[in-house]
Amino acid sequence: MSLIHLEKVTRRYQMGGETIHALREVSFTIARGEYVAIMGPSGSGKSTLMNIIGCLDTATSGTYVLNDVNVSEMDDNQLAEVRNKEIGFVFQTFNLLPRANAFHNVELPLIYAGISAEERRRVTVEALTSVGLADRMTHKPNEMSGGQRQRVAVARALVNHPSILLADEPTGNLDTKTGEEIMGVFEELSRQGNTIILVTHEEDIARHARRIVRIRDGLIASDEARR
Amino acid sequence: MRYSSEFLEGLRIAWDAIRANKLRSGLTTLGIIIGIVTVTLMATAIQGLKRGFVQSISALGADVLYVQRTGWFINSEAEWRRQNKRADITYAQFRALARQLNLARAVAPQVDTGRPVKYKNRTSSSVHIIGTTDQFLYTGGLTVAEGRFLSSAEAEGGRPVCVIGAQTATNLFVGEQAVGHRITIGGYRFEVIGVLEKQGDFLGAFSLDNQVIIPVQQFTTLFWHDPDYTIQVKAISLDALDDCREELRGVMRKIRHVAPGDEDDFAINQQSEFLKTFDKVIGTIATAGLFITGLSLFVGGIGIMNIMFVSVAERTKEIGIRKAIGAKRRTVLMQFLTEAASICLMGGLIGLGLAWPLTLVMARFMPATMSLSVVGLAILVSLMTGVVAGFLPAWRAARMNPVDALRNE
Repeated sequence: MSLIHLEKVTRRYQMGGETIHALREVSFTIARGEYVAIMGPSGSGKSTLMNIIGCLDTATSGTYVLNDVNVSEMDDNQLAEVRNKEIGFVFQTFNLLPRANAFHNVELPLIYAGISAEERRRVTVEALTSVGLADRMTHKPNEMSGGQRQRVAVARALVNHPSILLADEPTGNLDTKTGEEIMGVFEELSRQGNTIILVTHEEDIARHARRIVRIRDGLIASDEARR
Repeated sequence: MRYSSEFLEGLRIAWDAIRANKLRSGLTTLGIIIGIVTVTLMATAIQGLKRGFVQSISALGADVLYVQRTGWFINSEAEWRRQNKRADITYAQFRALARQLNLARAVAPQVDTGRPVKYKNRTSSSVHIIGTTDQFLYTGGLTVAEGRFLSSAEAEGGRPVCVIGAQTATNLFVGEQAVGHRITIGGYRFEVIGVLEKQGDFLGAFSLDNQVIIPVQQFTTLFWHDPDYTIQVKAISLDALDDCREELRGVMRKIRHVAPGDEDDFAINQQSEFLKTFDKVIGTIATAGLFITGLSLFVGGIGIMNIMFVSVAERTKEIGIRKAIGAKRRTVLMQFLTEAASICLMGGLIGLGLAWPLTLVMARFMPATMSLSVVGLAILVSLMTGVVAGFLPAWRAARMNPVDALRNE
């Protein structure tokens, strides 16, 4: 049972009259519960691939089936709904709302999902507790350390129980020790059965995953399982 | 459920954004405040003018017809010349009319002039002297404050009695009862038998309270032998006004021997003609006035649009984050519209708060009060300004591509 299936996905950009092939007919499949790292140097197309898997961007050609639904032909609003329900993002720069406290940041996807205030409160507290921030709920991002911020972002990503956790260089802005801590959180989430896709250019970080897909020049260079 | 949560979220964001940029929000709001103050004051002034006018002409009585030689509103000089050649309306015609009308509750003749009035050493130099009968109490819609009105015997007879207006009474009598004393009107002595209740003024032009009512017989004997009469006819009811007018016209034509096919050689005037003419004038003033004041609101709206574009540009990253976690176009659009509308609503409320004392000042010159409809209109207009001015910036935000927006720092 594949969760993600890409078939000959191509993405081209027009940039100053020049056509850039970010992805060239990429095909691959990820099953439910996998922990995959996507690696590649900058400019390789890995960010583009992540954007397409995360439904932030759409392919120029090819098909993308997520959870048995063909996402490649969806419009903006449908994609927003897929992002809300199926995908949890964790970004390198955390991307929390600076003026909102931890609780509100985590609650936000639930608001967009149309969940009642009572239910939101319960689920949000649960999510923050699960990342060990039960006592930081009223703190704003600038009152927290980098590791704490990234854990808020993880709680936000998980709060809607998405099919995929999509992490883009999640340790890029953290020191090694804190980075390891966050990777520990991912490890635990993977053990619980979550599907995790990790985009990184660091071998050390990629080593946490059980499958590594390497991208170069818009093509899959290698795709190997570890251990 | 979903919409109310999203709306509450929109309000929270709007409030945060306004608080985060207090000075900027304040300056932008100022444009809306000025716009709302001017529009509100204009609307209040127009309402006040209208109310003042209606109060004034209500002295004419809605159910009273005024039979006169000429009409109140003459549109051309040729028409004016023609009407001026008509024969005067005489006392005999009044008597004949009063006898023959069935649909009239009261019929009274009226002739007027101006004369000085004296009591002891006090003089009122130009007082409106009206010669009429006891029926004038009904056709004029008068109320007697002290004493009594003319009796029918006094109206027809020669006893020199008079009823005086409230202002005339206070002008002539200081610390003294007016009723029972004799005053001198244009050199002749009259006994005051009644004082009228205060009526106000007519279109601000002259006071209805500086007048003296005397029997029509006294008037024609002492001041003016063959005057041109106005005949006031009060219909039996407001509903019967049109029927009464028709009957009146027929009887009057007969009395004045107008041949069939010829046009009337008299005019039947009524209050509603005043209203019609006034409505036309005030309509023009209102349109022009609200347009001009509306311009200031328009400028305020441009300020809002400008600041919303800045706000959207500054928060591109935030828009990207919200979209990444599932905000739809509609949600982002609503968020920025709510923000624009909130700023404008705040401006509207502050504007109303400022306009309120100004209205009280205005109330010294005209019967102006800030009505609920003006308040409602101001709130609605400020909200609309926000929505209209905020739409383009909000639309730009809603259509942002999440990948580009997230990349923005």
